Amino acid sequence: MSILINKNTRLVVQGITGNEGLFHTRQMVAYGTNVVAGMTPGKGGEWVDEKIPVFDSVKLAVEATGANCSVIFVPARFAPDSIFEAADAGIPLIICITEGIAVQDMMRVRNYIDQKKVRLVGPNCPGLLTPGESKVGIIPGDIAIPGNMGVVSRSGTLTYEVLYALKLVGLGASTCVGIGGDPINGTNFIDVLEMFEHDPQTEKVVMIGEIGGTDEDKAAEYIASKMTKPVVSFIAGQTAPPGKRMGHAGAIIEGGAGSAADKVKALEAAGVKVAKHPEEIPSLLK
Amino acid sequence: MKLHEYQSKQIFARYGIPIPKGRVAAAASEAKAIAEELGGRVVIKSQVLVGGRGKAGGVKLAKNPDEAEVLAAQILAMEIKGLPVRKVLVDEAAAIESEIYFSITNDRAARKPVMIASAAGGMEIEEVAAKTPEKIIKVHIDPLLGLRDYQARDIAASIDLPREYWKDFSKIATGLWQVYSQNDATLAEINPLVITKDKRLVALDGKMMIDDNAMFRHADLAEMRDVDEEAPAETEARKYGLSYIKLDGSIGCMVNGAGLAMTSMDIVKLFGGEPANFLDIGGGAGSDKVAAAMKIILSDLNVKAVLFNIFGGITRCDEVARGILVAMDEVKPKVPMVVRLVGTNAEEGRKLLADAKMITAETLADAARKSVAAAKGKK
Repeated sequence: MSILINKNTRLVVQGITGNEGLFHTRQMVAYGTNVVAGMTPGKGGEWVDEKIPVFDSVKLAVEATGANCSVIFVPARFAPDSIFEAADAGIPLIICITEGIAVQDMMRVRNYIDQKKVRLVGPNCPGLLTPGESKVGIIPGDIAIPGNMGVVSRSGTLTYEVLYALKLVGLGASTCVGIGGDPINGTNFIDVLEMFEHDPQTEKVVMIGEIGGTDEDKAAEYIASKMTKPVVSFIAGQTAPPGKRMGHAGAIIEGGAGSAADKVKALEAAGVKVAKHPEEIPSLLK
Repeated sequence: MKLHEYQSKQIFARYGIPIPKGRVAAAASEAKAIAEELGGRVVIKSQVLVGGRGKAGGVKLAKNPDEAEVLAAQILAMEIKGLPVRKVLVDEAAAIESEIYFSITNDRAARKPVMIASAAGGMEIEEVAAKTPEKIIKVHIDPLLGLRDYQARDIAASIDLPREYWKDFSKIATGLWQVYSQNDATLAEINPLVITKDKRLVALDGKMMIDDNAMFRHADLAEMRDVDEEAPAETEARKYGLSYIKLDGSIGCMVNGAGLAMTSMDIVKLFGGEPANFLDIGGGAGSDKVAAAMKIILSDLNVKAVLFNIFGGITRCDEVARGILVAMDEVKPKVPMVVRLVGTNAEEGRKLLADAKMITAETLADAARKSVAAAKGKK
């Protein structure tokens, strides 16, 4: 078992003929992901690498291939429309890799999809990886091995760092979920913690947070009241000055709220072991 | 991106929000001319992108044009929180009956815009929130529907605004919603919105912040960016698509990925050093980007050592290593460099750098320890 994706995932890639889309489609196929369709408006009828049919719309791709998951590699100004399109086509799981979507666009997207039975992961995220089964997004496949650790993170390369540190000591992941670094996203820590809690394969959970917002604090409440599985965490941005956006749109300490120290305090109070640096995480999982 | 008060108020006026008569001046003589045009008393207000201008003495009342000239000269010679005053706004002075706080911003946790109002205007809203939170009214707006008329009336009633002002207040609320939604603002704030002695509602002060990710649809706003108010290195970094924030320490950091960049700063501090900056070179960093990043880091004279922390995923370490070599050749840095390459093609990358007089590290902790030692002049 795993969460969100597995070998039965049938993926459609939105923006498959763009540079990023094509590169990562090939990476995903090489990993074993079942990429059933691509979508680029105006390129319907073409084929990618003579294996993957391209459609003009997500609706057509779903009708023809039974795609049940979508990944979006579309520039920021068009990506909100891509999410709406996937949601309206009935795709239940949408992963948006795109960075730099305007925050008011994301508020409209989130409020719209909340009215439907749709799960959005991201935007501004590296996607999902169920080692040995399927990868949807851009996480390098070879840095993780199958195992029993659930990993959830707001960051990209920092997540790779952690997966790699786990691999070095022989620990593998059930699923790794990059929820993304934007202030408004589709899936939060709590959503993923709940899925890991109910996933039989997952034994322990690694949660990688950062400054900005209050999602880690809410996760701490959830962990204290609902979770039986141990959680180890790391929070990036101890040295970040207030009022500055640290690369990620959502990584900013505003009006005194969202500091790393506050999040660490909340997590420790909930019984979470918080690592001082990412390389300490494997020893805390022992 | 922050807008100046005068820019924000000009935008407010376009959406039917009443503002005082006035104009911006870059010289004292100009301020005098504006004061003459306006007649009567004027307020001279420094235009800098920091809060607390009033407390710093950057806002003064002038009784006549001559006094306006003298005060404008004084204010234009000031520095407020390290920022030199380059412009003043000369506004007609209002006779104030009472002051209201009124704004709209993003509520990240609720994932909706929120309108915030308070009868305790004129103060910093954080101060009101700390002392008298019950005086703050918050109303969430459905981003798909926009502000409803009844919501505007509810706000007016909740802050005990006399009924005779409800109609005008509703127009201002609608205007403020449009200012926010049509300009991709992350904040549009009127503080204070005043009731004048002659019974008008006027936005005396205004503040706006615009979402940088939405600039592609606001060419007019992009032109309003005041680069004089930014650290030059941050402006330079933006040109190359780098995310850079200057800090006060001595260890420069060059990292791929925002989360890992923050982590690298943190671990430097954990091992007894102080980070000089945040810098995310992003994915697929070619040699031109690496060179630009290196120049930006080394333009900070406090930097005594540089830490490169690259986790190769999609970005290949040998490519980054080549970038570093080209950049080293071009920039010829005089401070020690500590490099940690992990992930895709790390071995090839390390080989490329073996002859380059760089200190190599295996783990994050090792890299941090070595850069702290290097910054202190130890081997």
